[in-house]
Amino acid sequence: MTVAFALLDLLAIALFIGGLHFLNAPPTARFGNRLAAVGMLIALVVVLVQTMGVGWWAIAIGIAVGGAIGVVAAVRVKMTAMPQMVALYNGAGGGAAALVSTVELVVSRANGVQALDPVVAVSLALSAVIGAVSFAGSLIAFAKLQELMTGRPITYVGQQIVNGFVALAILGLLGWFIAHLGVVPPWTYPALLVAALLLGILFVLPIGGADMPVVISLLNSATGVAVAITGFELSSTLLIICGALVGASGTILTIDMSRAMNRSLTNVLFGAFGAGGGTEPAAAGGAPQNVRSVSVDDVAAMLAYASKVMFVPGYGMAVAQAQHGVKALADQLEKRDVKVLYAIHPVAGRMPGHMNVLLAEANVPYEQLLDLDAANAEFPTADVALVIGANDVTNPAARTVKSSPIYGMPILDVDKAANVVVLKRSMRSGFAGIENPLYELPNCSMLFGDAKASVDALTAAVKEL
Amino acid sequence: MTDISHLLQLLTVLVLAVFVGFEVISKVPTTLHTPLMSATNAIHGIVLVGAIVVVAALFGTPLHGPLFTTLATVAVALGAINVFGGFAVTERMLQMFRRKGNPRG
Repeated sequence: MTVAFALLDLLAIALFIGGLHFLNAPPTARFGNRLAAVGMLIALVVVLVQTMGVGWWAIAIGIAVGGAIGVVAAVRVKMTAMPQMVALYNGAGGGAAALVSTVELVVSRANGVQALDPVVAVSLALSAVIGAVSFAGSLIAFAKLQELMTGRPITYVGQQIVNGFVALAILGLLGWFIAHLGVVPPWTYPALLVAALLLGILFVLPIGGADMPVVISLLNSATGVAVAITGFELSSTLLIICGALVGASGTILTIDMSRAMNRSLTNVLFGAFGAGGGTEPAAAGGAPQNVRSVSVDDVAAMLAYASKVMFVPGYGMAVAQAQHGVKALADQLEKRDVKVLYAIHPVAGRMPGHMNVLLAEANVPYEQLLDLDAANAEFPTADVALVIGANDVTNPAARTVKSSPIYGMPILDVDKAANVVVLKRSMRSGFAGIENPLYELPNCSMLFGDAKASVDALTAAVKEL
Repeated sequence: MTDISHLLQLLTVLVLAVFVGFEVISKVPTTLHTPLMSATNAIHGIVLVGAIVVVAALFGTPLHGPLFTTLATVAVALGAINVFGGFAVTERMLQMFRRKGNPRG
């Protein structure tokens, strides 16, 4: 029987890896997701048979409640709210890992084990700490994204010192717990958990909304790592492999996102970017920028008589829920044989791939969604670049102004298009609080107003032409 | 005490899995990065298996008071949220990705 269980677990692992492999292209991605789900089903059946119904009612209650919450949330969540949702899922995984370690410790004590096996001692303490940091950090990320609290960085004097102190306390407790193989005063472990929760909260507080793609990826990775370490504690290759896959995925995304902002991970975590030293970003810079404002009809004519138009969506499109309006405008343009493409910056939105999912929801074919390099190859031959709620990712200062805080960040070269039209609520600067010289260029004009209202007005005006 | 060869086996598995993970995931296109994250949420839901194991272990001991039983049940519930929610929301998102001309796919 043990051999059969081991082989079934191996099959589940193969299905997880195969499932992730099929996520490499949109046409096969659903198949991949289903493969992984079948793998999970197999793994669950195996463990339920192995445990032979011991504690069945607690397991049944847990699965029923958790499963119901998970499915209802998955069905109801709006696509604009996916970043919050993923943050919560990251937190749930981290919390589960920390709780598994806690219960495992209780079980060892109850079985009269004094000194823990060294591997168990190390993995138990580490997965508890990383899981708890991920849990608390994810809840703060969720609260910021859901706007239960301000999305701006929360900073105070001596913040780094406080965080450093908590981190040191965790290291000290960890070292103590491990060195004595868990034979420590009973308050040590709870203190370790509390300190880890505190660190999770403290380290996400100073990170602002636009840096959320990095933070969510990092927490995703942390949860994977916590699960992998839990695997060592329970001597389960299944948990080790799944945790490692998720850890690798989160790490790749974290690196991608940091690179797309031309910032190191340390800078994102400790830089409190966009804190602006207490000044309102609206007041950034000196003299007001000299920009050209245009009417809806002017823009509609420009779009309707173009041969290639590129839409550049940003977080503003998500906030205004304008994705369906954008698609309607694209449909009108395509009726007039205008080629429409979408240029998507890796950190547009609040999580990796956020814009792509919103546009997919609005039925935009994925072939029209271009990544940074593909989009930049198209801008020089585009007649119009229509910027919808994006700012810093279009800022040409990143290419030219060495003193700019975003210098070196890869941007979408919208200024290379023949004409640029920026849909913008007001002249407020972007998240980084930096002026965007794009708006003063001779080929750039501004259409002020709510993104959705402007897009809808454009659609109506193009229809009239 | 620790069985070294067993530990080495587990470490080997870990290292190989990390490499496989980097290889497979680096081929996922940017357009699918959000579904990738929710799918990995579902996969780290494998912690549910660990939670079930410790619940069973806890019930095998003489002292499973209400506090620890609750903690263990919450662990199971959190894992189940990941598994069920993760796969369901990924499926929902992937349904929306379509080719030009095809209504869905």
